[in-house]
Amino acid sequence: MLKIILIGLKDVRLAIRDRAALIMMLLAPFLLTLGLGAVTGRFSGGSTMGISHIAVILINQDGKQLGNALVELFQSQDLDELIDATVSEDATAAYRQVDDNQAVAAILVPTGLTESIIPPSSQAEPGSPVQIELYDNPTTPTSVGVVKTILDAFVSQVEAQRVGNQVILTQLVASGLIQAQDVGRAGQELGPSNPAAGSPSIALDNVTSGGKQVSFDVLALLSPGMALMFLMYTVSNGGRTLLAERDQGTLPRLLVSPTTAVEVLGGKMVGIYLTGTLQMLVLIGGTSMLFGIHWGDSDAVQALVLAAVFAAVGWGMLITAIARTPSQVSMVGTAVMLTFGILGGTFVNLDAMPTWFRYISKITPNAWGLQGFTTLALGGGLHDIVTPILALLAMGLILFAIAVLLFNRRGLVER
Amino acid sequence: MAAILIVSNLVKKYGDLVAVKGISFDIQEDEIFSLLGPNGAGKTTTISVLSTLYAPTSGDATIDGHSVSKEPMAVRNLIGVVPQELALYDDLSARENLMFWGRMYGLAGRALRVRVAEVLEQIGLADRAKERVKAYSGGMKRRVNIGVGLLHKPKLLFMDEPTVGIDPQSRRAILDSVKDLNKQGMTVLYTTHYMEEAQELSDRVGIIDHGELIALGTQAELTRQVGETDTLVLHIDESQDGEALAASARQIDSVLRVDATDHTVTVIAPEAEEVMAPVIIKANELGVKIRSVDIREPNLEAVFLHLTGRALRD
Repeated sequence: MLKIILIGLKDVRLAIRDRAALIMMLLAPFLLTLGLGAVTGRFSGGSTMGISHIAVILINQDGKQLGNALVELFQSQDLDELIDATVSEDATAAYRQVDDNQAVAAILVPTGLTESIIPPSSQAEPGSPVQIELYDNPTTPTSVGVVKTILDAFVSQVEAQRVGNQVILTQLVASGLIQAQDVGRAGQELGPSNPAAGSPSIALDNVTSGGKQVSFDVLALLSPGMALMFLMYTVSNGGRTLLAERDQGTLPRLLVSPTTAVEVLGGKMVGIYLTGTLQMLVLIGGTSMLFGIHWGDSDAVQALVLAAVFAAVGWGMLITAIARTPSQVSMVGTAVMLTFGILGGTFVNLDAMPTWFRYISKITPNAWGLQGFTTLALGGGLHDIVTPILALLAMGLILFAIAVLLFNRRGLVER
Repeated sequence: MAAILIVSNLVKKYGDLVAVKGISFDIQEDEIFSLLGPNGAGKTTTISVLSTLYAPTSGDATIDGHSVSKEPMAVRNLIGVVPQELALYDDLSARENLMFWGRMYGLAGRALRVRVAEVLEQIGLADRAKERVKAYSGGMKRRVNIGVGLLHKPKLLFMDEPTVGIDPQSRRAILDSVKDLNKQGMTVLYTTHYMEEAQELSDRVGIIDHGELIALGTQAELTRQVGETDTLVLHIDESQDGEALAASARQIDSVLRVDATDHTVTVIAPEAEEVMAPVIIKANELGVKIRSVDIREPNLEAVFLHLTGRALRD
């Protein structure tokens, strides 16, 4: 295990000392992000590219305070650029529109939503719990993630207010200030002070626990896209070093030292993994400081980075296992980097692409990674990116297994 | 002395190509043993198998009692390898390279630092240890390449043509260092296609050609195989036919053997001076223009020529 780490650290040191690689790993994604940010008007405040005008259909069967508040939230001025919300009476028709890719999601606000939270004046207790239904299009995960994040924030806010009100009412009853039979009336009276219960609009600056606005920054899409695309360069370049070491004699030399082939291969993988992780963290830290990008919950970002790099290293090792020479790895690696960049949504909004395109994009770490980073940038947490993380880990494991099989068949020093 | 390396009917095939054809030899402790042969003779393949990089196709070898095919890890702890090509990380300094390779051989902490300092002194690079290897001259890189092989004080050191492509001064330094290492008790298996190096360094020599060990012994034993004969080497004009001159020279009394390769005619006789005049007369008669003539006393080159009919450099 120690030798695996030593070989890995040696590779990280070599990568850091390779100026050409550093330019590709760090400078190129920075500059491209900067350039695209300027083109899209992000720095002049008029960003138009990226995720926008997400078609959402609301079926408001509740028709009371909370249902109306949710509709108002989705139709608010603050979400004007991001969401195109329409209201429908017919749930079946709305679902069909989602199935036909005419809308990203339909939100069914069931009858009794308001009463499940705010008891009518005639009742002491709220009604039975109800569920808001999100019917989404699975081929547009990023946009669905945006809708889900807004919805989650709304539900969390209402839930927080409900619990708060309950505590207040319990305290009032316990202290004898009101009688048990007056709880319903008191609840109604508390209602208007609840922004989720009756205010004309739910302020967006309240929808996340951190008090930050749910707003979409185009650089929050561009930066992870670029970082993930150039991560593919890093992993293929790392794979190239394995074959380069074979040609320059250091790999055979390692294999005649008391070091096993497993340790050598493991060390190379660790080196690529550490380099890729370092690259992602530098890019995330750098873009946060330079461009003021909010990447989201830091723990979740780190977990996603680790999973995305894992999957990307899997691709790097597979390319290396198939290629015969270092130059082949470079050529194939560059082609894969660009192809995955396009397929994975670095240059295009995947949600605007045809269904078949979105399905193919799932073979790339870029698409899953971008989905996760977008969700986090919009205020999502670790629980919101479980699917991308699991997909990335599964992808990495499968690719590693294939690569090891190929290396095992061919031998590390054979061409 | 006991044998530290015993090679038994070692065969290595790459597909249909048989690179090593059942060679057997042994190396005694504290010995410098040279494997002498032209390029492509099978020297590097032999070292690759003995150092456990490749498994033998058949046969086996033991190093200090450990089989190279069955106990590769035990063997790797006993051997040091100096490969023919430089096997270093150019973007690391000499010290960083030695530290890394030392760790690969299980050295750590103070023992590693002390040993790296010793080796840097030994290879004469202590004052430039912090410079990256890519800034070094070819000779300096060769010295680091050797230093890596010495780090863990191996019992048996394989040196695969360590002087290829370097200047005479660095070559001299490397040959001297091999002798020093041997004086310190290190057993060395040295491969080369330079006859002079094998003659200068070796206690015993194995001559290898086309994957076969065609002669084995001390230099005295080997030169005795060709008898007390001289070798007359005539370099002829490139446009002319050496075979015709060779055929004519074979008719001269006291000539034992004549070979023609490319633009060289080699005549073996008890006394070279005696046959030189008749051979030159024959050349004049045939109109063959002689560019130069060498007379060689019995040596390993003559042995190789005697055994194969070709010069080592061919």
